[in-house]
Amino acid sequence: MGAIFAPFLAPHDPFNPATLNLMNGFTGPMTPNQFTQDVFVLGTDDQGRDVLSTILFGMRISLFVGFSAVFLAMILGVILGLLAGYIGGWLDSVIMRVADVQLTFPSILVAMLIFGIAKGVTPAEFRDQVAIWVLILAIGLSDWVQFARVVRGATLVERQKEYVQAAQLIGRANIAVMLKHILPNVLNPVLVIATISLALAIIAEATLSFLGVGAPPTKPSLGTLIRIGQEYMFSGEWWILFFPAITLLALALSINLLGDWLRDALNPRLR
Amino acid sequence: MSAIVRAKALRRLFDVSKPWLNRVVEREPKAFLTAVADVDFEIEEGSVYALVGESGSGKSTIGKMVVGLTGPTDGTIEIDGIVITGNDQKAKIAEARTKLQMIFQDPYASLNPRWKVRDIIAEPAKLRGLEIKGLPERLLQKVGLSPEDADKYPHEFSGGQRQRICIARALSSEPKVIVCDEPTSALDVSVQSQVLNLMSDLQEQLGLTYLFISHDLTVVEHMADKIGVLYLGALVEEAPKETLFASPLHPYTRMLFDAAPKLDAFGREVDVPKGEIPDPINPPAGCSFHPRCPLATSKCKKTRPQMRLIGNTRVACHHV
Repeated sequence: MGAIFAPFLAPHDPFNPATLNLMNGFTGPMTPNQFTQDVFVLGTDDQGRDVLSTILFGMRISLFVGFSAVFLAMILGVILGLLAGYIGGWLDSVIMRVADVQLTFPSILVAMLIFGIAKGVTPAEFRDQVAIWVLILAIGLSDWVQFARVVRGATLVERQKEYVQAAQLIGRANIAVMLKHILPNVLNPVLVIATISLALAIIAEATLSFLGVGAPPTKPSLGTLIRIGQEYMFSGEWWILFFPAITLLALALSINLLGDWLRDALNPRLR
Repeated sequence: MSAIVRAKALRRLFDVSKPWLNRVVEREPKAFLTAVADVDFEIEEGSVYALVGESGSGKSTIGKMVVGLTGPTDGTIEIDGIVITGNDQKAKIAEARTKLQMIFQDPYASLNPRWKVRDIIAEPAKLRGLEIKGLPERLLQKVGLSPEDADKYPHEFSGGQRQRICIARALSSEPKVIVCDEPTSALDVSVQSQVLNLMSDLQEQLGLTYLFISHDLTVVEHMADKIGVLYLGALVEEAPKETLFASPLHPYTRMLFDAAPKLDAFGREVDVPKGEIPDPINPPAGCSFHPRCPLATSKCKKTRPQMRLIGNTRVACHHV
């Protein structure tokens, strides 16, 4: 919620250089600045940006990347999983072997690979603009495997059921059987995985940004903020690292709890 | 009357071989399971033809081939004079297939749990381009449910009610032939007879033809006009109901009748059928029933009996 309404909630605009005062740099939380006497709830960073505001805006970017990446992975995984499970045969083998190969690499590695390629092919002046989209693509492409597997498994079960045969025998086209009959019945586990992947995608995004290959410092996400913060960890300015990290933790935790709740709510046997 | 369904030399094999690599390493040939072996039958328009047999005798496979869910390995099926197996004249085949519908065994798996009853019933009609306004309600009334049920989901109904919905769905595309694959075997006994009565009422009203697949002789006696007895994928005896129940000729048919529980035999010793249905991957040579047959002779072990016409009955046995 805070992330969505960030522009209204945040006490300062962290990305408008005109409102920044370098003199406000390194102000501790809840203490007046020694030069300007301004007070910042969570302190400021090296450039005098209000940490609370950067967190709120950073969360927006993190959540946007997370949602978009999971959405991409979900679309890709559901389509490939449905095809693999319903058509079967060699198509199934090809899709699932590709998935297996991809599973042998840590997904963060795959994401970094895609990010690296994208960085190589985009001209330098666009890099900051496309960085977010490349990030989404990278995380999305590294995450589709589990969707595909779950959907394939569920499709194999549903395909055997007689309502599918009933649709086939009246001459329904394969694509219609897949989308209208099977898809609604395999969607429950997909939604549960999507919430869990959302937390993972946000963490992956933070990791990539922390490693310096993610969101650019001009549009910092939580990961970027943590990376900036860790430079000051041992020099006394702990708040620059601490608050973004806590926020990331809380965000991932709450999304996981949401996923648990969703799983229980969607499972008729536990109701 | 003319035959609306005609199956000729119908044969269906299933490939049960091990994966290619295992076959190469273990030097095994491909293995095939013969589910249906050279079955011929004709169904008169407006009649009920029942296929009976033990599990694994190929009843359901025949039903699926008739509606086109699987193709036969060999042989042909004609619906209303049009061969629906094979690849020529696709438009004609599609047209002929609209005359077919099926009612399935498990009413819990045969309705899409995410669809409203209205949409489930309307789907076949919609696909044929028929008028669907008010159709689900009319059909629901016809099968003894209330028109308000159209807006409910399948999980709100009991097994018998679900099977009624299945019947309504089967009727919606105005078929001529309905294949009923053990439509009552998943239902409570008390509900079975209601559903069966509904089905025979509809058959009379609408002039439908049923291919009725069952293992339950009492159900078959109630429904069928003509009965075909299957053993290991082959038709061993076929006769009108009265003839078959009065004088079963094939030893397997007799064994089936003897095995059926009878009320007047309650508490008495019954001869239970001997043995199991043989392995369809390696069927016995000659008559496939000879390992269990009380009349078996050396001839039965060597030559496969052909169908012969005796009175009203077609039977495949050397000894009748």
